[in-house]
Amino acid sequence: MAETVGNLCRKMHGGEGFDTLTLDLFSRAPSPAPCSYSKPAKRPRVDGAVTMGKDEDRQNPFDFLSEEILFLILDRLESEPLSKKSFSLVCRSFYTAESCHRRELTPLRSGLLPAALARYPSVEKVDLSLCPTVTDTVLFSVGNCLRSSLRSIDLSRSKGFSHAGIESVVENCANLVEMNLSNATDLSDAAAAAIGRARNLERLWLARCKLVTDMGIGCIAVGCQKLKLLCLKWCLGISDLGVALVAVKCKQLRNLNLSFTLVTGAGLEVVLQLPYLEDLALVGCLCIDDGSLLSLKHECKSLQVLNLSNSQPINHAGLSSLLNITVGLRQLNMAYCCMVTHSLTSSFRKLAKLQSVKLDGCEVTTAGLKTIANACVSLTELSLRKCSGVTDDGLSSIVMKNKGLTNLDITCCGNITDLSLANITSSCTSLITLQMESCTLVSKEGFRLIGQHCHLLEHLDLTDNELDDEGLKAFSGCHKLSILKIGICLKISDEGLIHIAKNCPKLRELDLYRSAGVKDAGIRAIAHGCPQLQITNLAYCTWITDASLRALSKCSDLNTLEIRGCPQVSSAGVIAIAVGCPKLTKLDIKKCYYVNDAAMLILARFSRNLHQINLSYCSITNVGLLALASVGCLQNMTILHLKGLTPNGLAAALLACGGLTKVKLNSSFKPLIPRPLLEHVEERGCVFQWIDKPFQVPFSSLVQETCT
Amino acid sequence: MDLKLRKPPESSSLSSSSRNLKPDMPFVQFDSASLDHGVPRDQSFSEVFPQFVNQSRGVYVPETVTKNDLVIDWNPRLMLINLSFLEQKIHQVQDVVRSIISQEGHAFDRGNELAVQQQLVTADLTYIIIQLISTAGTLLPNIKNALLSTDPAVDRPDSGMGMNTNLSSGGGQKLNEILPQEVAKSCEYDELIKDFNACVGEGGELIKGLNHAGDELSESMPIDDHDVKDYDDVMDGENLPPGSYEVLQLEKEEILAPHTHFCMICGKGFKRDANLRMHMRGHGDEYKTPAALAKPSKEASSVPSIIRRYSCPFVGCKRNKEHKKFQPLKTILCVKNHYKRSHCDKSYTCSRCKTKKFSVIADLKTHEKHCGRDKWNCSCGTTFSRKDKLFGHVALFQGHTPTIPIDDAKVSGTPDTAQSSEATNGMVGNVGFNFSGNSPNDGQSLDIKSAAYSQGYFSPMNFDACNFSGLDEFPRSVYEVSESPFSFLSTGSCSFMQRNGEN
Repeated sequence: MAETVGNLCRKMHGGEGFDTLTLDLFSRAPSPAPCSYSKPAKRPRVDGAVTMGKDEDRQNPFDFLSEEILFLILDRLESEPLSKKSFSLVCRSFYTAESCHRRELTPLRSGLLPAALARYPSVEKVDLSLCPTVTDTVLFSVGNCLRSSLRSIDLSRSKGFSHAGIESVVENCANLVEMNLSNATDLSDAAAAAIGRARNLERLWLARCKLVTDMGIGCIAVGCQKLKLLCLKWCLGISDLGVALVAVKCKQLRNLNLSFTLVTGAGLEVVLQLPYLEDLALVGCLCIDDGSLLSLKHECKSLQVLNLSNSQPINHAGLSSLLNITVGLRQLNMAYCCMVTHSLTSSFRKLAKLQSVKLDGCEVTTAGLKTIANACVSLTELSLRKCSGVTDDGLSSIVMKNKGLTNLDITCCGNITDLSLANITSSCTSLITLQMESCTLVSKEGFRLIGQHCHLLEHLDLTDNELDDEGLKAFSGCHKLSILKIGICLKISDEGLIHIAKNCPKLRELDLYRSAGVKDAGIRAIAHGCPQLQITNLAYCTWITDASLRALSKCSDLNTLEIRGCPQVSSAGVIAIAVGCPKLTKLDIKKCYYVNDAAMLILARFSRNLHQINLSYCSITNVGLLALASVGCLQNMTILHLKGLTPNGLAAALLACGGLTKVKLNSSFKPLIPRPLLEHVEERGCVFQWIDKPFQVPFSSLVQETCT
Repeated sequence: MDLKLRKPPESSSLSSSSRNLKPDMPFVQFDSASLDHGVPRDQSFSEVFPQFVNQSRGVYVPETVTKNDLVIDWNPRLMLINLSFLEQKIHQVQDVVRSIISQEGHAFDRGNELAVQQQLVTADLTYIIIQLISTAGTLLPNIKNALLSTDPAVDRPDSGMGMNTNLSSGGGQKLNEILPQEVAKSCEYDELIKDFNACVGEGGELIKGLNHAGDELSESMPIDDHDVKDYDDVMDGENLPPGSYEVLQLEKEEILAPHTHFCMICGKGFKRDANLRMHMRGHGDEYKTPAALAKPSKEASSVPSIIRRYSCPFVGCKRNKEHKKFQPLKTILCVKNHYKRSHCDKSYTCSRCKTKKFSVIADLKTHEKHCGRDKWNCSCGTTFSRKDKLFGHVALFQGHTPTIPIDDAKVSGTPDTAQSSEATNGMVGNVGFNFSGNSPNDGQSLDIKSAAYSQGYFSPMNFDACNFSGLDEFPRSVYEVSESPFSFLSTGSCSFMQRNGEN
């Protein structure tokens, strides 16, 4: 018995056999949808062979596996949803075990949720973020089916429910701990009052709930006293009064987001008196000004993370006053805030625990950076992204002092040269993340230094730089590299990529956007050397052909592929990807002029997880689009300039594709599609974007025409 | 009662002795039916003698300003009733004192009772003194008024007399002769009060309305055309060191006067100097010159370097300069509103709730806008008219929740701007549009940062739903900010200044 289980487990883990069965639980897929069965036991009998089914039952060795063992197996499958689906289809006991084991449900359509809930009674987390419309009825059924087992519900991307639905969930599910109601812009105080009845709520997101006023948040503050996380981003109806009441009542708060609210210094003062507050976000709080910060007295020792991005009214005086009372700070984000000068950064001295500083988009002076260097010696993360005024001198002084730096972002710091890189690489050898897009003064020698010294690098962004093959070769030592972005590096070629392919087996993401020197040989090497590849961007690598795609189809984890503007790619290549990469969720084949309906038919058949696709300028007709519409997950489509597409075909596709949330269409179609149909699709939660761009004549065809 | 001698020659002795008891009456005859007329404003008097108030109401109706009309204003009956009432009061006190004397012999052990009776007598006496003095005190400004209102065409020697406002410009040589005389008299009068205070002791605090201090009279009190831009709230946060500013104290008659600028020719009163100048054009071509129509330059009238602050004439008030923790009032308008709110009768009753009373008509209007809308409810059943009060209540008690009215559930909540508190007053680098505290006592103010700030920062952030309405803290919403969030930025602060001025 143990052997069987062991084999099974190995089989499961290796992903053999079972992976090929790819069934979509919630779509009207060509295969029978299991959620239509109210009782799992019926299934074998549907075939009509009742006696045979009984025989099978008696002989089925899987039935001897106890539930505990099945659960253990399922635990191992947690990261592979497709395998779990396959598992549930093995036999009745597996099906039951999977039903009982599942804790998280992410349905694609809210309409089928009641049935799914009947199947999964012990679900703790319902993630409805893929359902654009969730009606109150759905929420009633969630409340009635799951009762006290429900602990978390995510409605952040859904519309169509009211306070009545929320009330039913809250009333029925006493153990509700987590609720995400972000973007519910039409939610009123009544809903907030309903939330207030969830006594055990610990985490609540109300971002962009603009209609919730102080009264609503007051109800929540009084009712949900166990709150540890509260996000009130963009809640413009909430003023100091509401925030102050939250701070008075919810003493357990650890994490508070007041970004883009109208909270002022008076509200902030009360908030800073929360005894356990650790993470405070005040992004774009324009009503907080220097004067109010100066009057802050009460020390907030517990605060560790502070985000003050986009707070223009704050100057160094107020900021120093704020930093004086938050001495336990570990992470500070002052992006787009104010000028970073000596007087500002000198207040960093008191922050002995400071580990992360983000100054994105600020104007920086060398003196300011030097003061940071003197004040902070234990920084692990520094972001100077898009800062103006970063000099070799200033940057070097920081990196020399902070040898433990692991994350460095110097994107668009145009003034730094090889000198900085020499200092960075010599002192910060433990760098894990280095982002230095568009550092135009750094020469190829500089990049070579990075590869030679920083062997722990995992995330490297060298987009738009002078990098060449020699530089890539230097990265041979970075065996842990998982994200490599070398777009717009015109000097790299296959040779460099082959070095990467040989030495970076853990590569998950590769960005070669407009790195025009890349050809099939390089991609083939990457596909061979980096089997874990998940995201690849080959846009405008015009030399790429089907051969590259065929090679990439061996990377079975691939979920995002962008081959926009690769005119040599044809349907054959896309078909190879569709067959080889079942996890594909995002595909961009814009301006791949030779991709036609054949590719779409195969894509629809194999890529059942496709969420997003861009088909502009392809040779796809009604047939291909209709086939694609059968992909249940499809949410986002861009369909511009398809020559073979007629209004009727488009209308049929829109109607067939029920999960759409966003469609970009040529505005010429707008008058041609029946108005009621558009309204119906919009009612299902789809947003239309009508683009009025003229058709661009493909450059390559022009070239070909002139050649012939 | 030397003051009786100061009566104008043409008025009879009877009328002078029974002049109207309302201390704030003198300027009423200038009232050109604009507003406020006929409504008694003296708090202490109407409280004490409610029956008289009714009687006296009918008296204040003169529209035209002539000498003869003055006689109507002097109500001998009222004075008589007042005096007889005081007589009764004195008799009562006499009785009490007699009883004390009679008890003295055999009631040593009843010390407590004695003490109570003593207190009673003291209080009664104080009260009588106050009434007596206030009754007498009204005569002084009445004389002035009488003089003032007379037609200059008659060429009365003391025609400019009593016009404190015009002291600098008006008044002939006779004025200079009379003024010191009067000052001397009023100084005596003041000393009399002081003596009383010394006698009564604790009664000193009780004496209210003794604002006819003669020494103030001697001070020049130019009520200059206060610039609208200078109009500002009482700065509670303002910490001017004492002595760094000049303190002026207006008399209550001046404060309560509906007009502060008077025509030298016909005596018509105006609230604004500019209006007076416009009026003057009708009196001849010499007033039509650009020089005559031009705004008097500030430098000419006052020294700009000296900061001027105002003191409330009410002794014992925190805004009075004699107070230990004296906090000056910033402008004349502040003085006016403060005095009316704090020391005057609240004669404007809300027509909706019939309970709330106000002394400043703007306050009434503000209240009426919100009256009956106690929409801030707590789960315990308590209702509040202001959101912050409800939140304070909810914060204080365990388990109390704000309740959302059912019909309100659908109503889109207008986002309230955060009330900026005193903390924002000290803003650095921002121009503060410090909106007038209509209630100087509260010192409530809304600091809207400069126009550049509001527009530059708010508009790109898509604060479309945001307007600066719903300022519950704010005593008045007459600025109509809610209609157009930034309207006040374009119109400046003048618009509401006018409103204030008319109240």
